[in-house]
This record gives sequence, structure tokens and C-alpha cells, in this order.
Amino acid sequence: MERVLMKGCEAISEAAVRAGCRFFAGYPITPQNEIPEYMARRLPEVGGQFVQSESEVAAINMVYGNASSGVRAMTSSSSCGISLKSEGVSYCAMARIPMVYVNVSRGGPGVGTIQPAQQDYHQATKASGNGGFRMRVFAPATVQEAVDMTYKAFEYADKDRNPVLILADGVIGSVLEPVVLPPQKTEEEVAAIKAGKDEWAAIGHELGSRAWINPGGWDNLLYESVNKAADDMYKAWAEEAEYELFMVEDAEVILTGYGISARIARSAVKALREEGIKAGLVRAKTVFPFPYKAYDAINYDICKGILDVEMSIPAQFVDDVKVAVNGRCPISCYGRSAGIMLSKFDMMDAAKAMLK
Amino acid sequence: MEELIYTKTKTIQPGKSSGFCPGCMHDTIIKLIGEVLEELDIADKAVSCSGVGCCGLFMDYINYDYVQCAHGRASAVATGIKRGNPDSIVYAYQGDGDFASIGLAESIHAANRGENITVIFVNNGIYGMTGGQMAPTTLVGMKATTAPKGRNPEEHGYPMHVCEMLDTLTAPVYLERVSCNTPANVIKTKKAIKKAFQNQVEGKGYSLVEIVTSCPTNWGLSALDSLDFLEQKMLPEFPLGVIRDR
Repeated sequence: MERVLMKGCEAISEAAVRAGCRFFAGYPITPQNEIPEYMARRLPEVGGQFVQSESEVAAINMVYGNASSGVRAMTSSSSCGISLKSEGVSYCAMARIPMVYVNVSRGGPGVGTIQPAQQDYHQATKASGNGGFRMRVFAPATVQEAVDMTYKAFEYADKDRNPVLILADGVIGSVLEPVVLPPQKTEEEVAAIKAGKDEWAAIGHELGSRAWINPGGWDNLLYESVNKAADDMYKAWAEEAEYELFMVEDAEVILTGYGISARIARSAVKALREEGIKAGLVRAKTVFPFPYKAYDAINYDICKGILDVEMSIPAQFVDDVKVAVNGRCPISCYGRSAGIMLSKFDMMDAAKAMLK
Repeated sequence: MEELIYTKTKTIQPGKSSGFCPGCMHDTIIKLIGEVLEELDIADKAVSCSGVGCCGLFMDYINYDYVQCAHGRASAVATGIKRGNPDSIVYAYQGDGDFASIGLAESIHAANRGENITVIFVNNGIYGMTGGQMAPTTLVGMKATTAPKGRNPEEHGYPMHVCEMLDTLTAPVYLERVSCNTPANVIKTKKAIKKAFQNQVEGKGYSLVEIVTSCPTNWGLSALDSLDFLEQKMLPEFPLGVIRDR
């Protein structure tokens, strides 16, 4: 397999195009500008369309419309820009419109900082818009994972008829790494994917058999039935949570996190092992559904503590870790925020402190 | 031999009635749009993108594709749909609050990009569904629930003129302001709607028809008195006519 060197944002964009994405609308914001810039160049080459929208709000609503016509469509932004998209994401969820969006997250709250952070965890996994809907949320720790997750995100979006979020961060978006790109879908395959949605897509139908893209109205019983069906779907995803276990079996201290923090934690675990300290890592690859079962692999008879590592103050990921661990072990946190990277060495010190 | 000289448009579902108040002009406009879609033989390609408020009240009873849009975003949604399926005939149906207040950015930029869509902009100078709040097009001195002493220019500024604002842009091909206050004007409105759709069929670009209407319920007037108010107060502020036709 041929490997190419690509920046995370560009690799995500190329993966989307290869998955059959043919529409992108977005608005400039650091650190994700390489996604719209790449799409502006690349989409016309495959007969797709790029729109630099007047705002994030417009972008997500263009995606809502475009995906309603059956096209695989995507948008991206960063943190405060993602907040602006929440209206349209919620509409997609209620109207069951498949689409993919990417958060190359930065420091917050507010306009925050332009450097990498993981301060959008609760927003991403629990409340990406009004109304209590859920989405599959993938958290890549390498550019390769970002590519693979983006590619399959479009499959999940179509299968579920639901939005899918790629929760990256400024490191994954900016770092240059070798990747193997997925196969390019042929024009016939792309056309077949779109044609597969003809029945419900807003493309024009014979009078009397109309498509109705329906994110709400006044038929309470109808919309409650939509909510119930969605709830059943969210629950069914639990079995499909993805995670990585690294040196967990005999671990006396477990580091846990997602995305770039968990990747740094992997280095810390290796370094701790070299010092003779039995450390392990539990890394969430999907943060919704959350991989609660991953924490059952920990041997709580020997594990003295779990260290949550995340680029967020206050810590957020730890709330789900607490549910998963359910009191079986002490948990503490090591984190930075506002765009300050985690230190492997500080992480190792925090892990050692749990063993004292 | 019986001769059929008039029948209800097939673009409205049989047996369904509209939820509009007596004297409201929305259902006249929806009927006109439906007749135009049938006359141009494009009803089976049509996608309606409606805004939020009374302009979404026809969702239940039209017979062709329909997309409910977030408040103010119909022109952005229509952009996405048209670009996804250029063969479809896409129109945005928006009120004054939807188009000119919360959705002004989306509205103006769709026009500025020259999207090949049709926009029906319904201007009655007030928020209808939410109960008579001040709109960007509320007349000076006109009372609203959020301007109980009437619109005061020192505090609220002046009514916005959408067609004239869009006329500062290069891309739009057709801008016309019409009304539905008299039978003659209803016929003119239909003609304008037809032209706005014909432009899209021909791929000419962005067309907007502004329709000055009444809101008897929130104006606090009878349906008939509303027609007088429209004639005497609204039309001097929003004069009818073709603003641009390229």
C-alpha cells in the first residue's frame, strides 16, 4: 500500500472525497482552514461543489439542504465555530439527514485560543444542539485514524441517517504524518449512493408521493415516535464502541483519555514501563458511544489508580470514566487547557503520585 | 357537455385545509405558486424550502417536496438543495422576520452568489405566528407587542426595503414587489411568480418576488380594514413595481 505524507486536515478532506463526499460548505477559522482550502481545490476535480459560506450557520444549513438532496455532504469548523453549527446539526438529527462534520478543536470557552485543546467534549458527546439527540463521535489519535474514521463516518451517517462528528484537535489537524489513503469511490458508486436516497430525498417527486424533510412541527405523537426510534438506535450503538487497550492486563496504574492526549499517554506508559512501573492505557476511539466496557478489562485487584488525561480544565472526559469505573478504583486528573499541550513527563509524575 | 374552466391546483392535497387566519394572504400565494408550478409543468421537480413562522404553515397540505428550514436559513438550505440536484426547481418561501431579520446574512449572500433559485418573500410588516412583534419591515408608528408605543425611528430605526437592498448587488436577475390586496394585483403577483420560476427553469439565476400582504390578526384590524391599511400605509412605504429585470 502506498503511503503519502499529509497534514491531518488535508488527509481528512481527501478521505471525505474518496468516501464520495461531493459537497462542502465552510467558513474560515483556525486551526481547520486547510479543510475548506483543500476542498475548494479538490471537489471541482470530481464534479463536486465547494461553497465558502457567509457564516458557520449558513454552512451547516447548506449542508442540511444538500444532504437532503441525497448527496454526501460535509462541513468543518473549530470549537466556537462548531457552537454556531449546533442549530443545523440538531435539524439534521431530527429530520434524520445523514452528514459528516469535523471539529478541529481549539481552546475555550469563548473565542478561546487557536491552539489545540479538548474542551468541547461534553458538547460533542452530550449536547451538540438542542433537543437531546446523539451522534456517533470519533476521536482520532493519528492522521491515519482521522482518515479511516472520516471514510467510515459517511457509511455510518447513511446507515443511521444521522449526523456523525469527527472530534479532532489542532494537533491532529496540523501534524504531518504518513498515511495510507482509502480507495476512491467510482463515479458510478457515488451516483448509486445518491440514487439510494431518491425515495426520501428532496429532489422532486410525482404529486402525491412527496418527500418531506421534517425536523419538527405540531404533531406531538409523530415527533415523539421519531424520538423513540432515535433512542433505540442510540442504545443499539453501545455494542459498537471502539477503544484501544495497551498493557492493561497487569497494570497498577492506568492512564486514560482520547485523541492526542491518549497518544501522549501511550508514550508515557512506555516510558513508565522502562522505569519498571506497570502502567497501562485505555483509549477511547469513539467517545459516543462511550466504551464503558473497556474499563472492565482493568484488573482492579492490582490497579491502584486511574489517571484521566485530557486537554481540558475543568476535566470532562473523566465524567464518563467515573461512570465506567463505578467506584472500583480511585481516579485523578492531569490536564491543561487553553491550548497548552500535555507534557509526557508531568503525566508520568501524576501517574507515579497515584502509586504512593 | 360540461366545460371545466377552473379547478383547484393539484399541488395542494385534496381534502386538506390551510391553517391561516381569515384575511391572511399566505394561502392565496401558496395557491398561485402551485398553479404556476403546474402551468410550467415543473411540480414534480419542485422543492419548497420554507422558513419558520406562518410561512411554514402550509407544510401539511402541499403535495410536492417540502423541506422545513431553520428560522432564517431557507435561502442557505435552498442553495444546498439546488446545488445537489440542479434539475430540481427550488424555491425559498420566507416572511419578513425570517428573511430580513434572523436570516438576513443567508438571504443576501444567496442573492449575491446569484444562486439559481426563486425566493418568495412575504412582507406583512409584523411577526405573525409569535404574536405581533416588531419586524424589520414594521412601519414607523405602527404598534407591535414589542413596540407598544409604535415603531420609533430614534429607537428602532426605519423599515427595511429588501428589494432596494438587493438591487445594490450585481448578481440578482429579477426583483419585483407585488401585492395581493386586489384581484388585479393577485393576477400581477401570479405573473411575477411565474417569471421568477421561468428564470430558474432557464438557468438565469436569482429571482425574488416580494409580496406585500396583510396580517389582520396582529394588525388588530378586520380583514377588510387590513386591505385599506395595506393600500394607504404599506404601499406608500413599499411601492409596487419591477425593481430589476435582466
